[in-house]
Amino acid sequence: MIVGNRKDFKEILEKLGSRRRVLVLGCNECVTVCGVGGEREVGVLSAELRLYWKKEGETFEVREHTLERQCDYEYIDQIRGFADEYDVILSMACGAGVQYVAEAYKTKLVLPAVNTTFLGVTIEQGVWSERCQGCGDCILDMTGGICPIARCSKSLLNGPCGGSSGGKCEIDNETDCAWQLIVDRLKESGQMERYEEILPVKDWRTGREGGPRKRVREDLRL
Amino acid sequence: MSYPSNVKVVKLPCTGRVDVLLILRAFESGVDGVYVAGCMEGECHFLRGNLRARRRVEYVKGLLEEVGLGGGRVEMFNMSASQGQLFAQFAREMTERIRSLGPSPVNKNVKREA
Repeated sequence: MIVGNRKDFKEILEKLGSRRRVLVLGCNECVTVCGVGGEREVGVLSAELRLYWKKEGETFEVREHTLERQCDYEYIDQIRGFADEYDVILSMACGAGVQYVAEAYKTKLVLPAVNTTFLGVTIEQGVWSERCQGCGDCILDMTGGICPIARCSKSLLNGPCGGSSGGKCEIDNETDCAWQLIVDRLKESGQMERYEEILPVKDWRTGREGGPRKRVREDLRL
Repeated sequence: MSYPSNVKVVKLPCTGRVDVLLILRAFESGVDGVYVAGCMEGECHFLRGNLRARRRVEYVKGLLEEVGLGGGRVEMFNMSASQGQLFAQFAREMTERIRSLGPSPVNKNVKREA
């Protein structure tokens, strides 16, 4: 899923400036699961705004609304009936959702309330960890199902660097060395011969370095 | 056993039911402070309800700081069901604390009933 962090309340207030009619827009997908932008978080941020503005003695209107998704036009279109009543849409979706809402409501100010951070998994309730960088050319078959692009601090392709110590990365002692994990997994699964295969220099053009990406499946188009 | 009459008790099956939004809604409705009275740590009938409540209370403290109400307006206390005196003591302690903090700034623009 896409994982993010809520922006600081102070930053959100600064971005809102003098605007007091706010539509706080949540998303029921990834940001709900990672506890950053679903219905509950919309409720919390809205409550914060109301408490702050009440304290300041200001007149305001905060509406809470959560869409099934903010990355599909059909859902974004559902707020068309009332979006115009607000000065600003405060989107709690990932960056994709914020952009798509802004694209659909071109005359409206759409602000992000979330910093989108990574593609990851739920380690335990309340803990998420990065697993994928969307490089566009998956090599997990070669690395025991552990991604050195996303999980090695240097994205090394052929074994650990000198900063690997006791199974941990030199950046901090809580971060596992991805190559230690890979070697352990290859051993566990009897695939150590994979470690002998040299992975060639990666062609990064399939990733972000190749510019914005787009996918088309003609058979699915209407 | 007596405790200050300004304390309004909201009964819950377990403090594990206490949600961040529940506390925020209380502040939105105009209360000056909220405290959660849970069972002793390690003695939760549902194992971890009171531990979870404490973490949520800590989270709300941060939110209240952010919005300028101050984290001191919310607190978590632990006591067993047989410690009525302790319940009353915490009620007095919290009442004194909130009294010293004054009315919630959210209410300063609201005319209070006499």
